[in-house]
Amino acid sequence: MKAQSRLFFYLLLTPFFLWLLLLVILPHIDMLGIALREQTAPRQYAFSFSNFSEFFKEPLYWRTFLRTAIMSIVATALTLLIAFPVSYYIAKMLRGRSKSLLFLLCLIPFWVSELVRTYGWMILLRETGVISNALQWLGLVSGPVELLYNDAAIMVGLVYTSMLFMVVPLVTVLESLSDDIIEASYDLGGNMWTTMKNIVIPHAMPGIVSGCIIVFMMTLGNYLTPNLLGGKDSLWFTEQIYTQFITRFNWELGSAFGILLLLLSSLIVWLGLKLTKQTLTSTMAS
Amino acid sequence: MKNFKLKKLLLSSLVGAALFSSALSAEELRLLTWGGYAPDDVIELFKKETGIDVKVTKSNNEDMISKLRATGGSGFDLVQPSQDRVTGAQENYDIYKPMDLSKIKAESFIASMLEATKTNTTLNGDVYSVPHIWGTSGLVVNTAAAKDVKDYTDLCSADLSGKVSYRLKRPTLIGFAFAMGEDPFAAYSDVEKYTELMSKVEAKLVECKPVVKTYWTGGDALLNLLRSGEVTASMAWDTGGWKLNKENKDITFVAPTSGALGWIDTFTLPRKTKNEEAAYKWINFVMQPEIAAQITASAGNFTASEGADAFADDVLKAQFQASFPKEALDNVKWYPPVPAGLEAIEGKVLDRVKAAK
Repeated sequence: MKAQSRLFFYLLLTPFFLWLLLLVILPHIDMLGIALREQTAPRQYAFSFSNFSEFFKEPLYWRTFLRTAIMSIVATALTLLIAFPVSYYIAKMLRGRSKSLLFLLCLIPFWVSELVRTYGWMILLRETGVISNALQWLGLVSGPVELLYNDAAIMVGLVYTSMLFMVVPLVTVLESLSDDIIEASYDLGGNMWTTMKNIVIPHAMPGIVSGCIIVFMMTLGNYLTPNLLGGKDSLWFTEQIYTQFITRFNWELGSAFGILLLLLSSLIVWLGLKLTKQTLTSTMAS
Repeated sequence: MKNFKLKKLLLSSLVGAALFSSALSAEELRLLTWGGYAPDDVIELFKKETGIDVKVTKSNNEDMISKLRATGGSGFDLVQPSQDRVTGAQENYDIYKPMDLSKIKAESFIASMLEATKTNTTLNGDVYSVPHIWGTSGLVVNTAAAKDVKDYTDLCSADLSGKVSYRLKRPTLIGFAFAMGEDPFAAYSDVEKYTELMSKVEAKLVECKPVVKTYWTGGDALLNLLRSGEVTASMAWDTGGWKLNKENKDITFVAPTSGALGWIDTFTLPRKTKNEEAAYKWINFVMQPEIAAQITASAGNFTASEGADAFADDVLKAQFQASFPKEALDNVKWYPPVPAGLEAIEGKVLDRVKAAK
């Protein structure tokens, strides 16, 4: 009986392990192998660390990474700032149908693909677009205004794309906070701010951190939004990886960049966990 | 024991999958090509005549090479890279297979074009490609708003601030180099000289950056920018200009004074093609004048088929003659084969231009 349940357990786990091994671990090992070689002559390769040193030697590459990381952190912070009141309202203020209705409203934009959503923003923001025309019609501006092709447009697109992935963990964690505790805080002389600071936010911390990790990783790895909404100066690290692989035929450098992206983003997440005194297990449990 | 079973299961499922897919592809031609090069009506006619299904995958030069490189030259039966991107890729990655010219009806090709392509795609004595469609890239301009744009470097004019778009890709570098009075093609074989030339182009492109509205990445996005009037001068393919010309008489393709850049897309066999016979059948089929004219109508560019001109659309012919008077046609700069490794030099230049403030 025991042996049977054990077999069952392994059988259930097999697809997961296969997925992990075949689609995550093996390709990464292969990628590391490619990253650690250098083309010496046509069809000739030799072992070398040059691709990794290239990243640190050429300012363009690490600056692109830095820019991507900083913009992703800003986008994550903005998403949190916007999503927190929304989630609090959904989880604590509303009851019954209006609650599920509002939750559904957050979900609806994700029924269409990211590409369509991004094109939607392009229609709104472009020089001959909806917002520009509306502003002219209202007489607020005299000529067409270009709102697309800059970093602010990228930021808007990124925050919009990540919204749901922040709202879901926040709503879950806020719902688990008993209303009695909030009430008790008020009874003991707390006002809105002290209650927020001492009761709600500490309780919501695992949800905040897990939401931030998901949004940060998604933004850092985004390709479409920075590419379509970004302007002539907009460099994004994933775009750089794509170019190395596809247009430069430089798989070696592209693989090195891929590995570095994985390592550096993991480092940033680890730092974030340390700073907020959370552990990965506690955030995943929320 | 367990391990052995797992292996057996994996193996048998792989064999099953392989058998299944080969059974399906028995009479199928997997074509990796550009948008418009294999229109549905031509595919249907081909099927009626030979019974072979054509499965089309749309792509571009870099993507074709990357796809074939990833699989070592399998997955497709016939591909259509530009002639300048055949030998370099073959030398580096061994992804193509020499062509058996005896299986090709040479008389259906424009002789000079066939010879030129054969010469440009010969590596170690083997010929890898025959020509299919040719065209140029140059300037697509709204002549009512930007009538002074005659050459690539005119895209730097401050009057056009915020109205200009081009790609950050190699044709831009080559075009600017020609307009600056240099000959990049002559410097192809000399790495040092080419690097020096490219840094001059880099300085120019950085200087011109404030004028640019955006560096376009997709052809359709550019056409939209021109159509809406947000962009009035750009660098693009001739067909894009002619397509817009049908909607708006002011917009058209202009051959730059320093010369339009000419390309020829080829037929080339991937190294592990599974249906070589069908590939030759397709080549001979689409090079017939009437069929070639049908493809011209769909792709917007002319083919290397002898006699197809007689069947081509009159509007397109008129547009071509307006954009290419005799001296402009003689001045077209045809891309010579790109030596392996050139992309690395150009790549860094393009990156630095994009990063420049």
